[in-house]
Amino acid sequence: MKTENFMRLEFPSHSANESFARQAIACFAAQLDPTLDELGDIKTAVSEAVTNCIVHAYPDCIGIVTMKAKILKDNVLQITVRDHGCGIPDVEKARQPMYTTGGSERSGMGFTIMESFMSDLKIISKPGLGTTIQMKRKLSRKGVRP
Amino acid sequence: MLTSFLQDKQLTIALDGEIDHHSAQRIMQQIGGKIDQFLPASCILDFERVSFMDSSGIAVVLNARRRMNELGGSVILLNVQPQPMKILCSAGIEQIAKIS
Repeated sequence: MKTENFMRLEFPSHSANESFARQAIACFAAQLDPTLDELGDIKTAVSEAVTNCIVHAYPDCIGIVTMKAKILKDNVLQITVRDHGCGIPDVEKARQPMYTTGGSERSGMGFTIMESFMSDLKIISKPGLGTTIQMKRKLSRKGVRP
Repeated sequence: MLTSFLQDKQLTIALDGEIDHHSAQRIMQQIGGKIDQFLPASCILDFERVSFMDSSGIAVVLNARRRMNELGGSVILLNVQPQPMKILCSAGIEQIAKIS
């Protein structure tokens, strides 16, 4: 699919970078004139994906998180969040609502929210090699001023 | 530090800013500390100044509810803005905490 614009970011898995990743994707997505609701959904999905890297991929160390975004044809925003951490042993189990290995500080709703707020979610993971999350969202362009 | 006030055994705690994994643990500790200090009959979490929340906010509400359940009390969510409301509703929070 033709890429009309793209960006790539790398940052360490410090929790302070959750906010940075959200602001960065919001700035990149702004060129598609998203509505406030769409922007909220995109920021939430990115926050969940990056938090997963910090909490689950690199539980005992600081690793590198890569976030890529592309603008595809027909106002589709594609976001990829990648880590080289411990990977997910059972992806189907991890996708279940309320399932978490993160204790009482986590709700286990990360993948459920990513799935319901974005139009497409792919999870590619191998134990020991890391995880790649790819999600897409077609924007309505209702935010375009007349 | 979160601001709060106690009236008629009802503790109101004003949350603010962005609730994510980075801030959630501090917020949970502060809410837990205030509940332990005042032992209220109900705890109101005021979301008026929460500009963003991800699923970490669900855990914040669940932890407050768990602590209030131990006291036989309830949790009420007040002034929830559209973005946090969407997250809370996706987890079915309205079934375990009153939203007004």
